[in-house]
Amino acid sequence: MAVIGDFALLLALALSVYSFAAGLLALLSPDDSSWARIGETARRAGVVIFGAVLLAAIALVASAFRDDFSIAYIFHHSNRDLPGPYKFAVLWSGQEGSLLFWALLLSGYGFVLRLRYKTDPRLFAYASVILAGVQVFFLSLVYFAANPFGLIQGPLRADGSGLNPLLQYPEMVIHPPMLYLGYVGFTIPFAFALGALIMKYPGEKWIHITRRWTMVTWGFLTCGIFLGSHWAYSVLGWGGYWGWDPVENASLMPWLVGTAFLHSVMMQEKRGMLKVWNMWLVFATFWLAILGTFLTRSGIISSVHAFAQSSIGTWFAWFLAVSFAVFVFFFVKNKNSLRSEHKLEALVSRESSFLFNNLLFLLLTLDVLWGTWFPKISELVQGNKVTVGAPFYNRVAIPVALLLLLLTAVGPLLAWRKTSFESLKRNFLWPTIGALAVVLFVMFTPAGWGSIFGLRPWHDISYFYSLMTIFLSVLVTFTVASEFYRGGRVISEKTRQGMFASMVQLTHRNTRRYGGYIVHFGVVLAMIGFSGAALNQDKESEMGYGDHMQIGNYDLVCRSFTQDDNPNQGSEWALIDVYQNGEKIDTMTPQRIFYKASQQASTKPDIRQTFKEDLYLVYEGQNDKGQPIIKAHVNPMVIWIWIGAWVMVLGTLLALVEPAPAPVTVRVPKLVERAAPVAGD
Amino acid sequence: MTANSNTTLRRALHCALLCLAVFIFAGAGDPASRFTEIGHQLMCICGCGQILLECNHVGCPSSDNMRNELMAAVTRGDSDSLVQQAFVQKYGPTVLAAPTTAGFDRAAWILPIVALLLGFGIVILVVRAWRNRPEPVLADGVRPAAGADLDKFRERARQETDL
Repeated sequence: MAVIGDFALLLALALSVYSFAAGLLALLSPDDSSWARIGETARRAGVVIFGAVLLAAIALVASAFRDDFSIAYIFHHSNRDLPGPYKFAVLWSGQEGSLLFWALLLSGYGFVLRLRYKTDPRLFAYASVILAGVQVFFLSLVYFAANPFGLIQGPLRADGSGLNPLLQYPEMVIHPPMLYLGYVGFTIPFAFALGALIMKYPGEKWIHITRRWTMVTWGFLTCGIFLGSHWAYSVLGWGGYWGWDPVENASLMPWLVGTAFLHSVMMQEKRGMLKVWNMWLVFATFWLAILGTFLTRSGIISSVHAFAQSSIGTWFAWFLAVSFAVFVFFFVKNKNSLRSEHKLEALVSRESSFLFNNLLFLLLTLDVLWGTWFPKISELVQGNKVTVGAPFYNRVAIPVALLLLLLTAVGPLLAWRKTSFESLKRNFLWPTIGALAVVLFVMFTPAGWGSIFGLRPWHDISYFYSLMTIFLSVLVTFTVASEFYRGGRVISEKTRQGMFASMVQLTHRNTRRYGGYIVHFGVVLAMIGFSGAALNQDKESEMGYGDHMQIGNYDLVCRSFTQDDNPNQGSEWALIDVYQNGEKIDTMTPQRIFYKASQQASTKPDIRQTFKEDLYLVYEGQNDKGQPIIKAHVNPMVIWIWIGAWVMVLGTLLALVEPAPAPVTVRVPKLVERAAPVAGD
Repeated sequence: MTANSNTTLRRALHCALLCLAVFIFAGAGDPASRFTEIGHQLMCICGCGQILLECNHVGCPSSDNMRNELMAAVTRGDSDSLVQQAFVQKYGPTVLAAPTTAGFDRAAWILPIVALLLGFGIVILVVRAWRNRPEPVLADGVRPAAGADLDKFRERARQETDL
């Protein structure tokens, strides 16, 4: 298997070099049939790369299932008793395998791109060559610097080291693929954008093509980020879902810039504006995805998520520098082809709101980038490292996020070109009053209702942020609802359909716009979920048989505690009865697990989830008497984060659906009867 | 009248933004518990990368001792800065979960604010510059609809879709 995999990688590398060189020659050469044939062979070589890399990936996965511990990578990341799904996930659980997986996804995207070349043969030819260049880099990296098929040195072992226990969770099978589909996918919009820049592409067709690819990859990255958060929440046992770890930040930065691009691209499509800006945004999204990979793998920034330190950081540093230089070269050379077709007419307009939208997304990205790099910068400047954790990010990022939420409410109701003060007053007066009413209700409802009720903004800055989030979320909801209602009502009046059917027809006619509104609503739900963090409670206690612990509205009683054992792991767990108002509502079983192969322990929290709050129990350990130490958290509104993520994904899928054409009414003139002929005519 | 309304709106927006900025950056309010507040400003030094009061690293050799030290300091009545200084002296500057506001660490806090102000300023300047550009002419010499024609269409759209 190692020989097959190694050969497949070499073949893929050779094909990618050919695809790049021959494709480039064909583009630079005169437009005749012989060079066109060479260009076609380059395209076909690009298609075949996918087959070669897929063969290498299959060889690696098969080695895991066959327990081939002669391969060092398999030895370090698998063992005989590892369940099947995790043996499959060995492909992306380590440095070398994950780079092979990256190359696989890149070649998969390239496969689709090269098959669809007839959409615009010239543009696709440029994109294919640029993509081949990126493939040359990744395949060289995998083959020469991080080859997963290296053989183990010394005597063969009977069993492997096993997978890190924290990775043995169902989301291990889906979170990394989603994340990588997002990261890798941003190469495609970049390839189209650079291709369009090089060829001075006339018109905006390239942006339509690029936008759809970007939406797909953005959707995958959104899934990946939320799956990672859910995994951290469900497994790590600290009661949180986002730690502002550098590796987490590395996924957030391209997502933020990609989101900015998805908004500002509308300016280019509708008004022929922001062409230079969009070109840089697409490049920045791609570049930040590579930068994130550099951070994760180089060891330059310490992180609990990072792969082991290696020399491949140098490879990535060079690739970042070269890709930046290439882009800047062609931008300087061809920027005159990116002139705007219209001018801005008013500060209060849809165009300006997109500008401010982009500003805020970029500010957030800068804040995250600055916070991620500051420990290294501090070490270089003053010789000592500092920590940049949640207190920093919460302080700088939350105000910007709230401003973005405000724009989410305001932006869609601003008209293109200019919006009058009267229009602003008309559109926002009642939604603002409604949102204010909701906030006042939340503030002055008795705190005994639990969750977020009874918050007073002057008690703590975090309460103020939570109430602002609720206010702005209600405002956005009014905006989204009014858009659906207005459009649905017009169709209903014209077609005499019911309101719901009219809204469905409205959505189907403009899936991109209304899918986007649904994504906005998903963001609102997630933000409401985040706002509950201000009211998190936690408590820790040793609990023997029959011992009680009070937290929030819950009375926890330890019914018993015990142990279990199987070939893969040993575990300790507690049976905790949950009471509310004297009535038993649930039994929970937090556990601690010891993984034998890797000799590591981890906690497995138990979570009781409701729409109002989560009760989250962690088995922290045992005291001297062998009694469990239980840590309990009450985390309000967390479920709305996951619901919001689902809504965002559904909105994205809807936005990708082809819109239905509007029904066309054709007037046919009534046939006029001819008069009967009379004699003499 | 319209010009006055726009000026009033602009001034109201400026005031609202200023109040918001003061509110946000003033750090209003006192925490329910000093232990919880300070505990969330410190890092566990066992290498888990978690906030001290959130560390659940199984078998962590550090967090229990650190929590006991923090509780003792809070019970003694030490001020927040004194507690933080004591932890820094014992465990090093990385024990703080965020940069301080002294020396080079200040740069961590200043840059986001400068970027925000600069960014807003640049966008406003860009908008003004674009508004003053000459109207571009399309390839066939056609100019886009403007003025009374556009306003007529807008008013019609508003009447048809108004709630």
